[in-house]
Amino acid sequence: MSRPLHRRNSTYTKGHPFAGASAPVVMGSHMMVTILDIVISGLLLGGIYAVTAVGLSLQYGVARVLNIAHGEFIMLGAFITYSLYTRLGIDPLICFAICGPVVFAVGFVLYRTLFTRLRNTSPTPGAFEGNSMLACFGLLFIIQNVAILIWGADMKGYTYLAFSVDFWGARFAANRLVTLGFAIAICLVFYLFLANTRLGKAIRAAAQDPDTAGLMGVRIHRVLALCFGFGALMAGLGGALISISYQIQPTMGLEYTMIALIVIVLGGLGSIPGSFVGGLVLGLVGSIVTHIEPGLSLVAYYVIFMLLLLIKPTGILGK
Amino acid sequence: MGMEKTTSKKILTFGLVLLLLVVAAGAPLYAPVYTVILLTSILMYMIIAVSWALFSGPTGYISLASAAFFGAGIYTAAIVGKALPLPLMIGAGALVSACLALLVGALTLRLKGIYFVMFTFGLVELLLHFILWWEVTMSGTTGRVVPPAGNATVFYAMLIILAILVLTVFMIRRSRYGLALSSIGENEEAAAHAGVHVTALKIIVYAVSALFMGAAGAAMATRWTYIDPRIAFNPLVSFVPVLMAIFGGIRPLYGPIIGAAIFTYLEEFLITRFPYYYMLIFGIFMVVAILYMPDGLVGLTQRVWKKMSRRNHADT
Repeated sequence: MSRPLHRRNSTYTKGHPFAGASAPVVMGSHMMVTILDIVISGLLLGGIYAVTAVGLSLQYGVARVLNIAHGEFIMLGAFITYSLYTRLGIDPLICFAICGPVVFAVGFVLYRTLFTRLRNTSPTPGAFEGNSMLACFGLLFIIQNVAILIWGADMKGYTYLAFSVDFWGARFAANRLVTLGFAIAICLVFYLFLANTRLGKAIRAAAQDPDTAGLMGVRIHRVLALCFGFGALMAGLGGALISISYQIQPTMGLEYTMIALIVIVLGGLGSIPGSFVGGLVLGLVGSIVTHIEPGLSLVAYYVIFMLLLLIKPTGILGK
Repeated sequence: MGMEKTTSKKILTFGLVLLLLVVAAGAPLYAPVYTVILLTSILMYMIIAVSWALFSGPTGYISLASAAFFGAGIYTAAIVGKALPLPLMIGAGALVSACLALLVGALTLRLKGIYFVMFTFGLVELLLHFILWWEVTMSGTTGRVVPPAGNATVFYAMLIILAILVLTVFMIRRSRYGLALSSIGENEEAAAHAGVHVTALKIIVYAVSALFMGAAGAAMATRWTYIDPRIAFNPLVSFVPVLMAIFGGIRPLYGPIIGAAIFTYLEEFLITRFPYYYMLIFGIFMVVAILYMPDGLVGLTQRVWKKMSRRNHADT
C-alpha cells in the first residue's frame, strides 16, 4: 500500500523523494484528524532529518569538516541495507548492526588519512574548513559514482512492514512508525553516550576547544576521527531508515545533505540536541507546506534557511 | 637591473597574451567544429573561474553562488531571447545577474566564513526549486527554447566577454580598490579602520563578478538552445570553477585561466575515453589536487623552481 503513495507528485519533484511522501491515508475528513495527520507525518519526516543532522552536526561542530558528502554516507547506508535485504533476506532492522559499523569504518579511515593530512597542511582553521569542504565535494563524486557502478543509477525500493496501523482515526504504514521509533531511539542512545561515557566527555571537550582538550590529555586526532566516524555512522543508520520507507537512488545524497545542513543551522551549529529539535521542526514545516502546496516544501526549507542565516545564524538552541 | 628585467618580462607577457588571443580568435577559421565547441566550453569555465577569483580570491569569502548567477543569465536569455538581438540579450543576462548579486551582497553583509558559504549555496538551491515549481504550476512548462546562434558566434561572444573580464580584473587589481580588497581578506576590521569602505566595496566587486557570469550564461544559452531549471542551476557550476581556480592558483590572474583550461580539457578527455568512470576519476583528481597542491599549479611550479634554483646556488 505504501509504495505508490510515495511516488505522488513525482513529475516535478524527481530529485526529492520526500515531497508528497508525507500524505497518509485519511479515514475521516474531520479537522482534528487532518491536523493529526500533518503532525504525525511531520514527526515521521523529522525523525529521519534529526538522525542525519545529528551526524552532520558532529562532523562540523567537532571535527570542523563541513561534509558536503554527508548525503553519500546516507545513500551508502540505504543501499547496503537494500542489498542485504533483497539479496540475503536479512531483516532491515538487523542490517543496522552491519551497515552501521561499515559506514563508521569508512568515515574513520577517511578522517585518519585525508582530513588529518589536510588539517596538518592547512595554515589556518579557516583554510582547513574551506579545503576540507572542497575535498568532501571530490568524495561526493567518488562515492556516488562507485555506487552507480555497483547498483546502477535507477530508483530502487523494497517493501517491508507494509501494513497500516490505526492512530486515532488516521492510518499510517507500520514501516514509517517503526522508522520514527528507531530514529528517536538512535538519537536518544547517542545523546546518553555523549552525556555519560568517558569518550562522550572527550568529544564534548574537543567540541569546546580542541587544543585545550589535547592539553588535558584527550587524544585529539583519535577523538576527531571518531567523531567523523560517528557522524558517518548516524548518516548510515539514517540511510537505512530511509530505505525502509522511501525510494532510494545513488544520486539522492545532495538533497539530504542540504536538508541536514538546514537542520543544523536551525538547531544551532554544533548543538546535538539542537539538531534533534531542528530536525523535528523542519519535518513539521515540510509536512504543513506539503499539505498546502506540495511542490513548495523544498522552497520553504530554503526560505527558512536563508531567513535564519540572516536573522539568527546561531539557531534556536545555539549560544 | 631588477627594473629592466620586470619591464622586459612585462612586455614579453603582454606579447604572449596578444599572440594567444590572435591564435584563439582565428580558431573558427582553421579549426574543426569540435575544437571550436570545446574551446567555447573552456572559455565559459575560464570566465566563471576568473570572476569567482576576482571576488573570493583576495577577500577570502568562498562564494558558492556562481551557479545562481550563471543560471540567472541563462534564464534571462531564455525569457528575452526571442525579442532581443544577441548582444542585448547578453547584456540583459549580465544585468539581471549583477542585480541579483547586489541583492545577495546587501543581504549577506553580516555573514562571515561558513555562514556565507552556506547562504550562497542555499541561494542556488532556492532559485532552482522555486523556478522549478514556478514553471510547472504557473507557466506549465519544464523547459524553454532559446533561439540558437552559430558555434562561431557563441565562441566570439565568449572570447570578447573573457577579454573584457581579464582587462577589468587587471585594472581592479592595479587600482587602489584591488589593494583594499586584499586588505579585507587580510583583516576586515583593520581595513575598515584604515578607511576602506568595506561593505560597499564587497558588494560592488561581488556584483561585477556576477555580471560576467551572467553574461557567460546568456551567451551559452544560445548554444544549448534547450534549457530547464536543472540545466540552468546545476550546482556543479558552483563547485567546479572553485576547484579550477584553486587547481590553477587563486592569487595570480592567470591561475584560474590555466586551471579552467586543464580541467575542462581533462573533463572532455575523460568523458570521451571513460564515459562510465569519468565522474569517479574527476572526483579522485579533485581530492588529490586539494591534498597535494594547496597553492595550485602556480604555487607548485614556484616551489619546484625555488628548490631547483637553490640547488644551483649550492652547487656553485
